[in-house]
Parts: sequence; structure tokens; C-alpha cells
Amino acid sequence: MNPGFLLAYLIDGLLIGFVYGIAAMGLTLIWGVMNVINLAHGPIIALGMFGVYLLYTGAHINPYLALLIVAAVGLGGGFMIYWIAIHRVINAPHLSTLLATFAVNMIIIGLGTAAFSTSPYTMDFSLGSLTLGVVTIQGTRIVAALAAILVTGGLYLFLYRTATGKYVRAVANNRAAAELMGIPSARILALSFGLGTLLAMVSGGLIATFFPFTILSGGAYELKSFVIGVLGGLGNPLGALAGGLILGLFEGIIPAFVPNTWVPVFEFLLFVLILLVRPTGLFGAKR
Amino acid sequence: MKHHGSLMTAILIALALVLAGCGSAPQAPTSGGAESSATTAPAAATTAPTGATKTVIIGYTASNTGKLNVESNRQSNGLNLWIKQINEAGGITLSDGTVITFDTRSYDDESNKDRVQELYSRLINEDNADFLISPYSSGLADASAVIAEQYGRIMITTGAASDDTYTKGYTLVYQAYTPASRYLTGAIDALKQQDPNVKKIAIVHENDKFSSDVSKALRAYAEAQGYEIVLDEGYDSNTTDFGPIINKVLQAAPEALLGGGHFQDGTTLAKQIAEKQLPLKFLALLVAPPEPSFADLGDAALGVVGPSQWETQAAFSEDAAKALGVEWFGPTGAEFVSAYQAAYGGEEPSYHAAGGYIAGLILQRAIEQAGSLDTEAVKAALDQMDVMTFFGRIKFSTAAESHGLQEGHEMVYIQWQAGADGKPEKQVVWPNEAQTAELLYPVR
Repeated sequence: MNPGFLLAYLIDGLLIGFVYGIAAMGLTLIWGVMNVINLAHGPIIALGMFGVYLLYTGAHINPYLALLIVAAVGLGGGFMIYWIAIHRVINAPHLSTLLATFAVNMIIIGLGTAAFSTSPYTMDFSLGSLTLGVVTIQGTRIVAALAAILVTGGLYLFLYRTATGKYVRAVANNRAAAELMGIPSARILALSFGLGTLLAMVSGGLIATFFPFTILSGGAYELKSFVIGVLGGLGNPLGALAGGLILGLFEGIIPAFVPNTWVPVFEFLLFVLILLVRPTGLFGAKR
Repeated sequence: MKHHGSLMTAILIALALVLAGCGSAPQAPTSGGAESSATTAPAAATTAPTGATKTVIIGYTASNTGKLNVESNRQSNGLNLWIKQINEAGGITLSDGTVITFDTRSYDDESNKDRVQELYSRLINEDNADFLISPYSSGLADASAVIAEQYGRIMITTGAASDDTYTKGYTLVYQAYTPASRYLTGAIDALKQQDPNVKKIAIVHENDKFSSDVSKALRAYAEAQGYEIVLDEGYDSNTTDFGPIINKVLQAAPEALLGGGHFQDGTTLAKQIAEKQLPLKFLALLVAPPEPSFADLGDAALGVVGPSQWETQAAFSEDAAKALGVEWFGPTGAEFVSAYQAAYGGEEPSYHAAGGYIAGLILQRAIEQAGSLDTEAVKAALDQMDVMTFFGRIKFSTAAESHGLQEGHEMVYIQWQAGADGKPEKQVVWPNEAQTAELLYPVR
């Protein structure tokens, strides 16, 4: 094979991997800190897509500026979902929180289908593209990758360099002990859910700048986020980013050698393998 | 250990829920708004006196939710327009003098094959549907056809093009659309006429029943015409990132690309092909291009060719029918378009909408010819049908191995070209007799 083509497969895979990583970060943060599997993750990603789309087409706000607004809405929306749907069942068995977030998932999809139908939306936005030989890279994807690095760095600094971040990690580690130390665990849980929602919305907003999307589009990223969460470990932003990159590489490279439909087979094989061999994930914290 | 066990269980439940998409709740049937049930006269009229009336129930499911919701709702709109028109015109008078009007019963099938079979059984057994219309899409229609045949109800399939359904020995299922096997073959003809030097073709298609059927037939036809298939690749229906596939196409270096699937993946593929500046002379995709909203892609839409079951510009006329020696039936294209726009807030009908309407029109013609609602009589009328409508010619195969397969109807091919204002405009480029503009070639 011409090495240029291999490079094209590689770069495409890596660039999409950054976006997978940031999409998964929201899920793994909530999962890791709260022990809640957020089944509304996909529709929230889709809301991020629509948020940026509506601000761009309706109010002509630059998509990256719109991303900041969407992030703020995501944080607030996350608080709201936490206090309404999750707070009361947070100590109940897994199935309760699972069903609570599944209900949120159905509500968002139902309202979204009513408002936007399931037809695809496309943002007519471009930052041009860069062509080197057979490799063509869109500007929007490069920016998305940079944004993913920025967000990961920010989240990492927040978790490991601030007092509130320390509280979050403490609650993740042992909620009862954290409460005994005077950490307001309910507020920390709400913050974690808010941050998770923010990350999901931001990833959706970034995806909307280069892929067409529908209200159902988040589902695919949610599924990938599960794989990435298991791959990278829970609650660790670097793990999620690394997991995303690995998955992106898989998707980029595998089709070069076998028919494209084999990709999920390899992805979920990896998922099962990691669950069996290293259930805390490649970069997971000791629990 | 216990913790891991419960986490694993939770993960598995979570995955199952995500994969299942959504749970289903029992539903009440949606009754068509066209006709109040006040006219429900002696339904089981054994010796109907002249002047008796009867309401005929048309049963169908629509994908009000799920990924097929746009096309499916347009199809329902078309069908409901026909119901409204026929009822306003006083219904159909049968040979025994009974006047029949129509009403519908429908459910939301959630774009889900499993739901379809359950719901069609309910339409037949509980709602007593007299005739059935298929759901949108080949997969769902195929699932519903089994039920229709099993319970001995006549079904007109529309929005469904797969050939397979009609090779299973069914006797009561009739197809309104041009079958998949003839969906993209015209694009090969158009390409051959335009540039006989092109030899290398790539086929990239969605991995569902319909698109795979089309691609298989396309491949056979193209190879018979002397083309070399340099890539034949399927993709999952939910694909959003076509990067790896486009890289494969780039590597195989074809001159033309044909394939696609449905609306979402088709628009995404077209957009990413343009962004990656794939050097193609000819690009033809299924389903997506004829949709009016394909124009939202802007420059990425330019040059893309798509087969369409029907277009508003399509000029099927009484004169054309006469030239073929076929009888004309139903409204003209212009009449259909204006009635549809009046009924649905000015929305231009897509071929899905026309497909919904034509299913009703076929049923109307068959009942009129039969002069009765008896299944055998209506079936005989359908078997003999050969009419020209605004949708095109309608004629069914009566051969045992392909009973009900559409034989009369032909596709038209559209291409998006830059209009006077630079915005993409839809033009009919093939066949030559329906052409509104020359084929734009090469694309880029």
C-alpha cells in the first residue's frame, strides 16, 4: 500500500478519536464519580449538536462562541437533571438510576423528535481544508481535536489542581468517608453530573460542525462512549481521551485491510477483552 | 468481587437498553381524520340493498418515530390525501349499488420490523382492515407482507422496492414502486451514453436489504456492460464518519461512484465526498438526492445524480398513455401537486408522498374494475391492471415466481445543478425523453 494512503487512514482515525474521547469523558466522569450509568448521554450529545446549530443558523453566532453558550446551558441542564431525576435514587441499586436516566433519555428523544423530527440537519459551516498529497483534512476537524485537548487539559487541572476537584475525586473514591470529612457530597454529585452534561453537549457541538446529525445521532456516540469508558477507565479524563484515540485509530485503520463492516466486531471484541482482563480500564484508578 | 459483578450486570443492562433503542407501549389506533364513522352502515351486508353504504378500512403502519419518520410521514400524507379526495367525491359505487367510502387505521411502527408484524396482525384481527398498505421501506414492507398473505388480505406495497418480497410465492401483495433491481441500472445507461471511455466503478452502499439488493443488481448490470468494479463496500446504516470508506475509494481510484442507501447516510456521504475533494466524474446515490432538502448541502449537492420513483416535473400524460396504448387513470401530475400543496401547507410532494397516493389510487382502480370488495375479484382486477397514472405506468407481474412485482413503472434520474442564482436546482437528466437539462459531466 502507498504509505500516503496509510497516513490518510491514520490521520482521519486520530482526528475522530479526539472527538470520541471528549464525548466519552462526560459519560465516564458521571460513571466514575457517581456510579451512575447515564443513558441520557446520547440525547444530550444530540442537544449539544442542535444547540450550536440553532445559535449558528438562527442568531449567526460563530459555532465556537456558540459552544461556550451551549457549555453553560449544559452545566445548568445537568444540575437540573440531577436534582429532578437522579438525586432521590442515587443511593438505590444500579437499576434505579439506570431507569431514571433512561426515562430522561426517552423524554429528550420524544421532545426532540416532536421539535426537529428525525430528519438530518447540516451546518453550512467550513474552515476550508488542508490537502497534502492524498491526505485532505478539514479545518473543522483540526479545531475539534484542539478543542478536545484543551477541554481534557482543563478538566484534568480542575480535578487535580483545585480544591473542588479534590472533593470530586474524594466523593468518587469513597462517598461516605468524604461526607464524614465535611464534603457536601450532594452538591459535588450535582456538579459532576453538570460537568458530564457539559462535556456531552460540547462534544455534540463540535461534531455538528462537520457531520450532519439528527436527534437520534447521539446514540452512536453513547455506545462508543461505553467502550471508551471501559477501555480508558472511569473518571479519568486522560483515560477517556486515550480510549477515544484508540477507538478512532481502530475505525480509521481497520477498513484499510478488511471490509468496513468488521469494525464493530473488533471494537466490541476489545470491549469484552478489557472487561475480562482489566476491568478497571487501561488508565483506570484503583478502586 | 461483588461490586464488579453488579457493575457488569449494570453495564450489560445499559447496553441492552441502548441497543434496544426504546421500549414500546401499547397504543391506540390512529383513525384517519377523513371520514367520521357515522356512515358505518350494515357492515356485513349479505344482500346489500341499493343505496347501502359501507366504510372500507385501510390498515397501515407508519414510522412516526424512529429513523424513517420523514419519508414515512410523507407517504402517509399522500395516502390520506387520496382518502380525503375519494370520500369528497362520494366514494366508489360497487356493482351491487353499495356506495363505499374509506377510512384508515394506523399505528406507529417505530421504524421497527418486529413491531410491524405484531401491528399488522392487530390491524387485520382487531381493527378488521379490509385492505392493507405497506409501511415505508423494503425491510418493514417485507415483514408486513407475510402477515397480509397469511391472513388473506390484499396489500399494496409502496415505499418498498426490494424484489425479494415477490419471489416468495405470495399472491396478494402488489408493488407500486419500480423494484430495486432496476433502481440504478439507468444511471449506468446514462453514464455509458455520456462517456463511453469510463471503465472503473466503485459501489459503496448501505448494508440494509434494499440498498444491498440494488447494489447486487447494479453490479451484475455494470459488469455485463463491461465495467470494472474496483471497490464494492457496504457500510452500517448509522454511519456518520465516511472518512475510512472515502479513503478506500481514493485508493481504488474509480472514475464513477454509485451506491448510497437512505437519506441520512446519503447526505452525509455526499457531503464528505465533496469535503475530501474526491476526484469523481460521476456520482449517483440512492434515495437522498431526490429529496428537496438535499439542496441544503449547498455546493456538495452539485452534480450528484439520484434515481427517483417520481418527480413533480415528470411528464406522464394522457397523450403518452395513448401512444403506449394504455388507459389513463387518476389525476394529472399538476393536479396532484396542487392538491397536495393545498392540503399540507404548501410543501412540495416528494416521491414518497406520490407513492402513498398511488397506493390508494391502485386500490381504487382495482375495486372499481372488480365492482366488489371480494378479495378474489379485486385480486383479478390487480392482476389485469395496466394503466398510466401521473406516477407512471402501473402493471404487475403475474408470473408465479414474481407475482406482484412492478413491471410497468420506470425510474427517472435527477441531478442537482447550479441554477441562475448559483443555488442547487433539481433537473431531470435521464431518460432522454423526460430530460429537463443535459447531464453535468464530469462532476469534478
